[in-house]
Amino acid sequence: MVYIGDLSNMQLDALQEIGNIGAGNAATALAQLINSKIEMNVPRVKILPFDTVPDLVGGADRHIIGVYLNVGGSVSSNILFMLPIEQAVVLVDLLMGKGIGETRPDNLGDLELSAMREMGNIIAATYLNALSVFTRLTLVPSVPALAMDMAGSVLDAILAKFGEVADHVLLLETCFKKDDHNVVGHFFMLPEPEALDTILSALGVNN
Amino acid sequence: MGNFVKVGMADYKIARAPNKLITTGLGSCIGICLCDTRSRIGAMAHIMLPSGELSRGHTHNQAKFADTALEMVLGELNKDGINANRLIAKIAGGAQMFKFLGESDIMKIGLRNVQAVEENLKKHNIKMVAKDVGGNVGRTIVFDPATGELLIKTLGDGERVI
Repeated sequence: MVYIGDLSNMQLDALQEIGNIGAGNAATALAQLINSKIEMNVPRVKILPFDTVPDLVGGADRHIIGVYLNVGGSVSSNILFMLPIEQAVVLVDLLMGKGIGETRPDNLGDLELSAMREMGNIIAATYLNALSVFTRLTLVPSVPALAMDMAGSVLDAILAKFGEVADHVLLLETCFKKDDHNVVGHFFMLPEPEALDTILSALGVNN
Repeated sequence: MGNFVKVGMADYKIARAPNKLITTGLGSCIGICLCDTRSRIGAMAHIMLPSGELSRGHTHNQAKFADTALEMVLGELNKDGINANRLIAKIAGGAQMFKFLGESDIMKIGLRNVQAVEENLKKHNIKMVAKDVGGNVGRTIVFDPATGELLIKTLGDGERVI
């Protein structure tokens, strides 16, 4: 099993490239869902100690909504779409055809959360589909699960899975931005350690 | 006024009054707080997983496991002349943040952490005097070694002191 600390620059570049392909498609899907222009930054591969991961979304105590999908098939992986709460409610308004500001963090009901979950589902499925076409690997997402709380608390059970094999986690990160340049969401893919070999082989960059 | 000593995920810290210990955003993780109020010294560990026996591959940081983190903290306190039998413990965390994930590991990890922490405290004869665990809410905790009070802050479920 390849250790994330031993990955070569070429392997990291290859992972970044699949992140790019997936995220480009996911951004388009999000733009179509909310009928609004979505920009994204260049996806990055990061290898981070666990305690710094919440900083990517504004800190461990940041109030966020997270949509999580477990990915099975030939590559075991994790998808997490995290949105700052004040941006999540704007997306809900756009998704449900309401006026901006109608949905607030304190009046998010089951229907609104269900809409968020479905949005995460569509974005993740689009991302995985693009990856699957490119790598010819089978990627099967679970049903989406949603949590709304502090960023650290939403992330820690997912990070714990990686704690058994390393002190760091490898993740592919993309930020989606709306026309006003606010970050609307952070999209993460965290491949399971044993899945890295499969991905790198499919990309032709296993040693 | 004391300072706030921040404890990160998979980390532990020792602090003396009037300083306080804080860790933010506990979900399935657990904050283990120990103190000896007579000497006004306290410790906080932020653990992610139940047991160092789960460790395989490249895991060098043992502060992420309930059993090994507790041993490390007790070792540090012992250097200051504090024995386990003088300590009281309070713990918080061990929540299940996601719904609808069936029987996946992510669902069970919080509960397993709670069980492991309680077992290890018992093993070291440390009296657990209070806990605020489980549920599906994230917790930020602040521990005061002067009084042994543990403040628990949540987003949806208010604040409380145990």
